[in-house]
Amino acid sequence: MKKIFATLLAATCAISMIGCGGGSSSGTTSTAAEDPSAKSEGVMTYAEYDAAALDTGVTIEAYVQGKQSWWDNKATLYTQDGDGAYFIYEMAMSEDEYKKLTDGTKIKVQGFKSEWSGEIEIVDATYEIEEGNYIAEAKDVTDKLGTDELVKFQNQKVAFKGMTVEQADDSGAAFLYNWDGSGQEGDDLYFNVSLDGKTYSFTVESYLTGADTEVYKAVKELKVGDKVDLEGFLYWYEGPNPHITSVKAA
Amino acid sequence: MSENKWAAGLTAHGKKFTACLAAAACAGTMLLTGCHGSRGSQAFVIPESFDASKSIEITFWAKNDTNKTQTRIYEKAIADFEKLYPNVTVNMRLYTDYGKIYNDVITNISTNTTPNVCITYPDNIATYMTGSNVVVPLDELIADPKYGMGGSELLYDGPTKDEVIPEFLEECRLGEQIYALPYMRSTEACYVNKTYVEKLGYELPEVLTWDFVWEVSEAATAKDADGNYAVNGQKTMIPFIYKSTDNMMIQMLKQQDAPYSQEDGTIEIFNDTTRGILKEIAGHAQSGAFSTFKISSYPANFLNAGQCIFAVDSTAGATWMGMNAPLSDIAPDKAVEFETAVYPVPQYDTGNPKMISQGPSVCIFNKADPQVVLASWLFTQYLLTNDVQIAYAETEGYVPVTQKARDTAEYQEYLAAEGTDNDVHYDVKIKATRMFIENTANTFVTPVFNGSASLRDAAGQMIEDVTKSVKRKAVVDDAYIDNLYSSVTALYRLDKTGAATGGEASDLGPLPGEAKALIGTLVVVWVLIGLYAGNDYLKAKKKKAA
Repeated sequence: MKKIFATLLAATCAISMIGCGGGSSSGTTSTAAEDPSAKSEGVMTYAEYDAAALDTGVTIEAYVQGKQSWWDNKATLYTQDGDGAYFIYEMAMSEDEYKKLTDGTKIKVQGFKSEWSGEIEIVDATYEIEEGNYIAEAKDVTDKLGTDELVKFQNQKVAFKGMTVEQADDSGAAFLYNWDGSGQEGDDLYFNVSLDGKTYSFTVESYLTGADTEVYKAVKELKVGDKVDLEGFLYWYEGPNPHITSVKAA
Repeated sequence: MSENKWAAGLTAHGKKFTACLAAAACAGTMLLTGCHGSRGSQAFVIPESFDASKSIEITFWAKNDTNKTQTRIYEKAIADFEKLYPNVTVNMRLYTDYGKIYNDVITNISTNTTPNVCITYPDNIATYMTGSNVVVPLDELIADPKYGMGGSELLYDGPTKDEVIPEFLEECRLGEQIYALPYMRSTEACYVNKTYVEKLGYELPEVLTWDFVWEVSEAATAKDADGNYAVNGQKTMIPFIYKSTDNMMIQMLKQQDAPYSQEDGTIEIFNDTTRGILKEIAGHAQSGAFSTFKISSYPANFLNAGQCIFAVDSTAGATWMGMNAPLSDIAPDKAVEFETAVYPVPQYDTGNPKMISQGPSVCIFNKADPQVVLASWLFTQYLLTNDVQIAYAETEGYVPVTQKARDTAEYQEYLAAEGTDNDVHYDVKIKATRMFIENTANTFVTPVFNGSASLRDAAGQMIEDVTKSVKRKAVVDDAYIDNLYSSVTALYRLDKTGAATGGEASDLGPLPGEAKALIGTLVVVWVLIGLYAGNDYLKAKKKKAA
């Protein structure tokens, strides 16, 4: 009787854990020196994706470079291969699967190419985690700022070097919570930087890098006139709207 | 036979088995609560008096439209309130999205960490009320002679109940009781590029109709020999963009007196009128005459760039609309010159216009300490004082929810100064406000019940789906719509809706399979424990007898 009792209690605990826990699925492993531009059969090259019309189906392979958010069983990701970047917007994904994704994880994504306020993205997508790992280097696009060429690097991990922090509004603040200062701690940070007399607005996207991250804290410490090197993802909203992930003194 | 044996056993050792079963039930309940449940609270009872000597901290979850003036108004309201009630501290947490507030409240109900005061929609309150006494019913508070609306012990000049616009107060009634106070109200407006309408050879009618909007929108899709749209000479033109497609569907149904839902949670949206609406929208999306915010972007961005003719958005978004809009997301070199006309949303019956009433309300969450709840109520009422109402309404195309505020000379002067500047008195914003005030009697809200927020989401999702589908060359026919009805029913759990229950825990539907298995297992274990203990008892008794 005692044995049965013990067995049943153990089973109960196990069932309880299943009840409160999540599912599981396969992971991924790194491979050395793989070609990040190589594609499996039936998968588009970046050039083919770039040429695809809006609202058409696309199948791509890419490597996670940043996880913006998970919300209501939907994940938003910055991904990239050896040739270009893909912004994956609200892809159906469980929270457990989302937690498994790390920078470099290779995924195959099927969805629709779409545009929202100038941002090219893949929506209504499904995915598979694949074998492989690649982390892109931030590409220095400082000299492309203010030019039509910049859009070619949309969604890529990019770097801006030797920028000068400017005041974010008439109050002289170096950053604002939300674009107009209407927010509070934890909201997006907006700050201005200049180069060669032209000023650009950059963002710390709070879902991507929240209040507890180094970059969020670093931007809050900026002073007008600071010289900084910046890295981030070249997001687009009615023009370039970089989501900054790193700020360092130049 | 075995049933009788078990029954006999239960009778013979009733107390022990009952205790075991109670423990099992308790354990099961605790486990389930730990996973996703919520705790009940004692119903709030109004204290005899407010204890001004007691230090009280309350949390206020507020929503702004990413508008720093609104943030400042909240901050000033809190500071002013704290001066009147120095023993009360109000901590504000700002949101820019009702959906996020809703999600966070739901998450915090299960841990009993809800805010004290929260901006919300009545649809959402219906879901909050699935726990016992989670949201404080306000009828008694409103009527309380000391601390109620216009009460003798208030330290500020708040409105009486009769001074709240009755339509707006009624929107906060769920079942038999009022669970919120209206804070601000808005409706939707159609912001029209009048210049382009006339360029296309049309004259704007007195009342905008769906037929007119569709006809002009189709005409605007014509291109020249270079592939540019003839009306604007650009590569981009989406003549008609709708921001909130849930409102679009709801209003189109209401205007045609078509069923949507009942107060008891009965879902009626899946009907032939809806089918006809979806087919019509699909046709115009296919031709490029129509799109939505979710698919394309903010209507204001396209309107101000001369890439949209009919932009439907909230009156609370009026400061973004038009060539002189004080707020804009597009680069100055993309903006074009045009005249903006402000209309109610398009109508089917010009003699009987109908439009949605929307905007934030404020609810109070119940807490163990009645003094804390009373402080929450005092702060909630304070948000309806003239200073707060007028200041906040002027930030956007909102209207004050009290006649007391509307009747002030200050507010009337604000309205009269329409167009005197492109800031506080921006003409499009005040036109939108006036339009709403003039149409208050033509506004409506949809029935509120546990699941009504999901139904609203589903209503919009169907428009989004057909619009996306035709853009992707799919065929929207009866088979497609049949499938769509099924998929949104499943996705939004529309087969599990129910009436708002007024503070009692409502039926959340059948337990999931895992929960049933868990409870079943627990019951079996505790029954076996009981048997084991019973067996020991009998053995001991026999030994003693021997």
